[in-house]
Amino acid sequence: MFIIFVLNHRSYNMSPRPSRLRKVSSPPIISGFKPYGTRKGEKKTGTLFLLLEEYEALRLCDYEMLNHHQASVIMKVSRPTLTRIYARARQKMAEAVVMGKQIIIEGGKIYFDSEWFACASCGCYFNNPEKQEEVAICPLCHSNNISGFDKGFDEPETDLARCADACICTHCGYEQPHRFGRPCKDEICPECRHYMVRKGTPHSRKTSKQKRYESSHHKYRKRSGQ
Amino acid sequence: MKAAITSTGNAPDSELDQRFGRCAYFVIYDTESKSTEFVPNPNKDAEGGAGPASVQLVASKGVSKIISGEFGMKIKPLLDSLKIQMVVLKEPGKKIREIIDMLNH
Repeated sequence: MFIIFVLNHRSYNMSPRPSRLRKVSSPPIISGFKPYGTRKGEKKTGTLFLLLEEYEALRLCDYEMLNHHQASVIMKVSRPTLTRIYARARQKMAEAVVMGKQIIIEGGKIYFDSEWFACASCGCYFNNPEKQEEVAICPLCHSNNISGFDKGFDEPETDLARCADACICTHCGYEQPHRFGRPCKDEICPECRHYMVRKGTPHSRKTSKQKRYESSHHKYRKRSGQ
Repeated sequence: MKAAITSTGNAPDSELDQRFGRCAYFVIYDTESKSTEFVPNPNKDAEGGAGPASVQLVASKGVSKIISGEFGMKIKPLLDSLKIQMVVLKEPGKKIREIIDMLNH
């Protein structure tokens, strides 16, 4: 009995972590796509659901032409998670095109950007409890002169600046901004002619000879730090 | 649709109360029937938990938005779950009558 209880107890603890809410900047302007001109004799093709988070990943990566790292910062998820969402989105789009399926954009674990809004006519601030719906008018004076309140304060710009990647030379420490579409490992340091790596990755920290020497000599590092 | 406005007194000429939980009166205004109701706030001098208690009082009246000068920390998640809209109006001295006019506009 006891063993069964313990097993049960453990299996309860094995449930996965709840997934993070993905941030979507604004709902899509349409609620889906419909195929037309089905060939005669073909059966009904059916529908598929494109989640709002997948729509957003598609918008950021393919429409805004951001890289996965930047898109993940905007959607407030990790980079691997964004890549998984994006892969699902492409898979679904391909399925819709090939199978002639209707696309319905809805669902997903998301919230919309800018919870607070400001009205320029009456100077009030208000929030939007119906997160799935977009606000169009001020609840107080009914003017449509509203704007997202936390847009100016929000961190996307600084976050994006942070993920502006750089290539670093592990030998001499020379840095240069990363060139889009060119692997850092193919870049050659103009100062010491060594191959470079992406800055901030564990790889770049590990291969630095000097740092490895320092970390193996704690006393040396302490003294040199002072 | 009903709206709640925090008020310092029980007359249309009284001013908007800048606090939500410890305001003197709630004005429950119905935009359809144009009726106003002044409800004295029993939590005015409460030691703690005035905000949630006031939320309960206002929610029992069936309002869909609350207009006040400021909302406390505990209130936002409560109102989010009840789907009540918060409207923050940082204009001390604004009269209840003027706010009702704006709602009617």
